[in-house]
Amino acid sequence: MTPLTGYLLVAALLFAIGLAGALTRRNAILVLIGIELMLNAANLNLIAFWRYGPHPEALTGMMFAIFSIAVAAAEAAVGLGLVISIHRHAHTTDLDAMNRMKG
Amino acid sequence: MQETISFTPQLAASLIAEILWLIPAVPIVASGVIALLKQPKRQASAALAIGSLGFSLLLSLIAFGHVLAGWAHKVDVREVVNFTWLQFGTSNVDLGWVLDPLSAVMLVMVTFVGLLIFIYSVGYMAHDENFTRFFCFLSLFAGGMLTVVIANSILLLFMGWELVGLTSYLLIGFWYQKPSAAAAAKKAFLTTRVGDVFFLLGIVWLFAQTGTLLFYSHGAGSIESGALNALLAQHSALGLTAAGAIGLLIFAGAAGKSGQFPLHVWLPDAMEGPTPVSALIHAATMVAAGVYLVARVYPLMHAGALTGGTTTALTVVTWVGAFTAVFAALIAVAQSDIKRILAYSTVSQLGYMMAGLGMGGVAVGMFHLITHAFFKALLFMGAGSVIHGSHDEQDIRRMGGLRGSMPVTFATYGIGMLALCGFPLFFSGFWSKDGILEAAKHWSVARTPFYMLVFGALLTAFYMTRQVSYVFFGESRAASHAHESPRVMTVPLAILAFFAMALGLIGTPAWPWFRSFLDGRAAVLDLHGFDEPGLFALMVTSTVVVFIGLGLGLWLYGSKSPAPEQPEVLERLAPAPWRWLRDRLYVDEFYGVTVIAFYGWWARVADWLDRRVWGGAVAGVAWAFRGWAQFNRFLDTNVVDGSFDKGCEELASGGGLLSRMQNGRVQTYLRILAVSVVALAAILIWSTRP
Repeated sequence: MTPLTGYLLVAALLFAIGLAGALTRRNAILVLIGIELMLNAANLNLIAFWRYGPHPEALTGMMFAIFSIAVAAAEAAVGLGLVISIHRHAHTTDLDAMNRMKG
Repeated sequence: MQETISFTPQLAASLIAEILWLIPAVPIVASGVIALLKQPKRQASAALAIGSLGFSLLLSLIAFGHVLAGWAHKVDVREVVNFTWLQFGTSNVDLGWVLDPLSAVMLVMVTFVGLLIFIYSVGYMAHDENFTRFFCFLSLFAGGMLTVVIANSILLLFMGWELVGLTSYLLIGFWYQKPSAAAAAKKAFLTTRVGDVFFLLGIVWLFAQTGTLLFYSHGAGSIESGALNALLAQHSALGLTAAGAIGLLIFAGAAGKSGQFPLHVWLPDAMEGPTPVSALIHAATMVAAGVYLVARVYPLMHAGALTGGTTTALTVVTWVGAFTAVFAALIAVAQSDIKRILAYSTVSQLGYMMAGLGMGGVAVGMFHLITHAFFKALLFMGAGSVIHGSHDEQDIRRMGGLRGSMPVTFATYGIGMLALCGFPLFFSGFWSKDGILEAAKHWSVARTPFYMLVFGALLTAFYMTRQVSYVFFGESRAASHAHESPRVMTVPLAILAFFAMALGLIGTPAWPWFRSFLDGRAAVLDLHGFDEPGLFALMVTSTVVVFIGLGLGLWLYGSKSPAPEQPEVLERLAPAPWRWLRDRLYVDEFYGVTVIAFYGWWARVADWLDRRVWGGAVAGVAWAFRGWAQFNRFLDTNVVDGSFDKGCEELASGGGLLSRMQNGRVQTYLRILAVSVVALAAILIWSTRP
């Protein structure tokens, strides 16, 4: 069986790719995709720690992951709704153009 | 309530006694309503005033009938209705009213004479623009006077007393545009106030000693035997008992209101008011309130006297009364204002009443009060009719010959004048004055008051004859032609004239109805009353005296009164005494150089103290506070405001700094988030390292 470290490395890599995408992309949809990647990295960690933890017979990690995916789906729906609404308002999805909330 | 703790069972008061309070209340309410009426509502105001007093007269007659019925069944009617007004500590302030022969007689007199004068006023004041206000005051006066009459509590009596004092002030100063009227109003108010202060002291003392303000309260009242015995046991200064001292204090109040020497000075000046006011307030009712007060507290004054004896208080009352009677009659001889003569005559007659109370008791004084109320009201209204008819002329030297042009006024005035003089047999004044003279003759202390009063009677007959000669006889000395007054004025005159004669019948020695009624004895018609030793001689004496006065007056004046510019007969005979009398024996001037001068000096001292001492102190305090305020202002602008402004600036700049972080770029936030997470992770790793 693959050691825990392998999962963690994959998860860390996935999180790093997602973060890089979220920070560098200008398009709001691509930023959302980056955030989804980071969430999935966290889900991977949850499963891995459960499987290698002291009580792998109880389905705790699985439950956490399922809840997290549900919340992520909801978040993606809300986020996409916002993006569509912003696009209708400003005819763009460029995040740099969205600076009206400046203090 | 007082009754619940008294030991005698409470006697249920009859219905009329229960509603006795309506008698003063209705005119007072009417006065309030009239006060709200507009000035042009003349008929409404007169109707309200007359209607309300008519209602009071009706109730008074019912009350009088009730007392009469009780008397006929040999029951001493004295029904009281008392209630507690205020309670503080263990003391109660009780008010209440009483229905007894004294109050019943007075009620009927006040409402009846008052009603006639109200009706007369409709004619007399017809051309006055403040007609409405006049009836408002008149009604208020009637209410106050009736309160005095029914009061069973000395406090309630004092309230009514002050109310009539106030209305007297308002009505004397009714024509306030005249400076003399305004001054007379002030003088009346202040002079009676001197007496009232003593009266108030007497009330407080009586309350402190007896613990009750009620006159009668089924044995617990302040002038019933229990309280009187306690008062007699105490002695105050000058050998007086507490009862006597309190009685004298109350008498001082009565002297102020009834114009007794030395507080008589306001009454002649009060004639500045409209003539109906002079008739109602300053002749018939209010000035009699003092006499009524003395009659009401008579048990207090009489307490401690042996049978047939007298007390110090009553002796003082007698001497003051007798002196006033002669003193005022002397002054009246030399006056030339028709109303002023009557005013001094009123003062003189009030002296007779006081002397009658002092020597003969309640019935003697009260009988003269009642008869005097009728004939003096008649005389004043007659004088008003004369003044009205001769175009507001008040100087008798400028009248004359009015007998022909004013026949009704002349006839009624003549009846009033004969009643006042005490013309024998057919006029009420004869019988009431004889009652007083008889009491004076039998007085145990001295005979001097008797001679004084007989001399006063002579003077009365003389000055009234002089006045009537001047006004009605001889040739007219007036500038304009006089005319008879309207019916609304002459009819009340005729009614009063009837009573000025008829009232004498209830007080003759043969049928002393009035006296028996007040004393609670049965009245019997007994012609042997005239057989009493000395009585016939007395009647002859007083008749002779009256005829001397009348004859002297007719002989000296008659129909040959001199023209206004020429000196009179007496003035030629004795110029100096005449001048003294004409100048009213200089009592006013005496007060001017003593009391008033003292007050003027005292006022100047007070003014100086006020400006220099108290004013200086106040200014110093004000200066100190201004300095303190300046210091506070400095602190405020420089310390408080400065630090506050500084704090605000700091907050604003801090906010500006923080707002720069809020640049609106989502990815900047995300970046900060990522860096923070890394930093957090680093701290965690670093802090949990083994």
